[in-house]
Order: sequence, then C-alpha cells, then structure tokens
Amino acid sequence: MKLLDFLKRERKKSASVAKERLQIIVAHQRSQRDQPDYMPMLERELLEVIRRYVEVDQDAINISLDSEDDCSILELNVTLPNRS
Amino acid sequence: MARIIVVTSGKGGVGKTTSAAAISTGLALKGNRTVVIDFDVGLRNLDLIMGCERRVVYDLVNVIQGEAGLNQALIRDKRTENLHILPASQTRDKEALTLEGVEQVLEKLSEDYDYIVCDSPAGIERGAQLAMYFADEAIVVTNPEVSSVRDSDRILGLLASRTRRAEQGQDPVVERLLITRYNPDRVDSGDMLNLDDIQEILAIKLIGLIPESEAVLRASNSGVPVTHDEQSDAGQAYLDTVDRLLGEEKPLRFHQFEKKGFLSRIFGGGRR
Repeated sequence: MKLLDFLKRERKKSASVAKERLQIIVAHQRSQRDQPDYMPMLERELLEVIRRYVEVDQDAINISLDSEDDCSILELNVTLPNRS
Repeated sequence: MARIIVVTSGKGGVGKTTSAAAISTGLALKGNRTVVIDFDVGLRNLDLIMGCERRVVYDLVNVIQGEAGLNQALIRDKRTENLHILPASQTRDKEALTLEGVEQVLEKLSEDYDYIVCDSPAGIERGAQLAMYFADEAIVVTNPEVSSVRDSDRILGLLASRTRRAEQGQDPVVERLLITRYNPDRVDSGDMLNLDDIQEILAIKLIGLIPESEAVLRASNSGVPVTHDEQSDAGQAYLDTVDRLLGEEKPLRFHQFEKKGFLSRIFGGGRR
C-alpha cells in the first residue's frame, strides 16, 4: 500500500502543481483588475458589519462589481452558517 | 519618433537588467540608434552590466533636476556603435524622478534615437510605474517559477491601466513575454513550468526564450552584455529575440531537452 502511495505521489509533478496554483491565483487577480481601488476596503468593512450579527468565515463573502451599459451592479454573496 | 520599450517584471532578480542590456546592445548591433535608461534610482546596476560604471558622471536625476544637460549624462558605449547609456542616480531616492521630467527626457531622446529601452526597477511602486508610463511596448521578463509568473500578471494589469496609452485611450501597450533562466532539462523532468504553460497562464505573445546559461554570469562579471558572446546559447537567444522585436520570424531555440545519445556523450556537445 505504501509503495502504491509512493508511486502515485511521484506521478504528480511539481510543475503541474505550479500550473494549477497559478491558474487559480491569476484568475483571481484578473477578476480584481478592473475593480475600483475601494473594493478591497469595501469588502473588508462589509464583512465586519456582517460579523457583528452573524459568525461567518473570512472567505464567506463574495463581492463583485459588474458593469452593464450605463449602470454598475454590486453583487454581494454571503454564505451563512447552518443554524444548529 | 523612437519606439519606447520598457523591460519590466515586478519580481526582482529575474533578469531585467541583463535583458535590457542584451536587447539594447542587439538593437544597436543591428544598426538602430539605441539608448538604454536605468530607472532604478538608488540601486543602479545597468552601468555595471554594460561595463561603464567608471564613466558615470551625471545621471537621469541630474538631467531632470536641470543640473546637467542630457548630452553630458549620456554615456557612449565603447563596444557598440549607435548605443548610449543613461545611468540612474545612486544617491537620490526615487522621489527625485517626476513624470514631467521623465516625459521631457524621453521626448528629447525621441528626436535622436530609434529605440529607447527603459530598464525598470523591481516592484510595482513609483519607479516601476514611471519606467512603463510612456512605453509603446513592454517586455515582461518572467522566470519559470510561480512567484515570477504571478508578479508578471500584476505588471500586465498595470500596463493595461497605468500607462499613458491606457489613460489616453490610445492603442494599448504591446505586451511581450520574455522567459529567462529556462532549463529544458528540468522542464523535461516535470519540475519546471514549461513555456506553453507560462504563455497560457499569462496569455501574451512570446518574444523570446533565454536558457539558463553560464554565459550570463560570465557576461555580468566582465561587464560585457551577453549579446557580444555570440558563441553562447544565451547570446544567440537574445539575438533571436532582437530579430523578432524587429519583425523577423525566428524559430524558437534552446527550449528542447536534448537527450544525450551514445555518440554525443562520447563526442561532447555540452552547453557552452
């Protein structure tokens, strides 16, 4: 079993791991590229306000700004934890 | 009108100055009147790589502050005709550069040169932004390594937004990828990002590929741009890069791992 694990790990080359990681981070960077400078701050402050009322994770908030013709839409997605 | 080319990368130590020196030398060798400017105020190095460090009297900041004329600050390259170097100041801080000052210097140089190569400092701060602001073309120097690729993407973002061309709504800065320190051996074994992956991630056109080469350190040791080492793989790769910049079609070289066969093992064929 251990030998099998070893062989499996060997197959995943570090360069392909690098590529996958870069694809994710670059896509994220590009999505932020055209945003106004205040977006990260806005995101932080919104999260702060929400956290005053609900316990949510740092990455539970997703904010995006889309432009259509003559108006912009600010979209805010917050994943709230299950009430249990 | 000169073509203004910025050599930039975001990350430090990837080969910006080596590339700026090698490419400007190549452009001049091809008969183009070329000037290469060091924008790294406080940490100048281009003079060392070009081998003219002892001939620096005045620098870019002196010119911008009106303490010296442009012609007093320009250093004529001793090896290559048509090539001049405008060094950065070693003592002033980066605030000494102003947008208006840089614009005036570039405008004046534009009258006398075909190519102005701007060697950007590392980072994305003021110095780097000034170096790219007036550019027509950008050569984004990238190593096959995660942090370098990520930083290159950041630089692409700045090129698309914080340049004169972007701000004035002109044609965008032409972005070109220069991969340096490429090791086909390690790519083949799966431990280095290959050039297709890097191109796919950054989505810009490849202008050249420089293999990891002993010639580069030799060149900087002796203060002779590697382009003059015509026997070396890196020197040839830079010459190819220059040809492509000038619009020639050149097939890519030095990117394939050569499996050493029985004969080549006996008769050599090692990397120069």
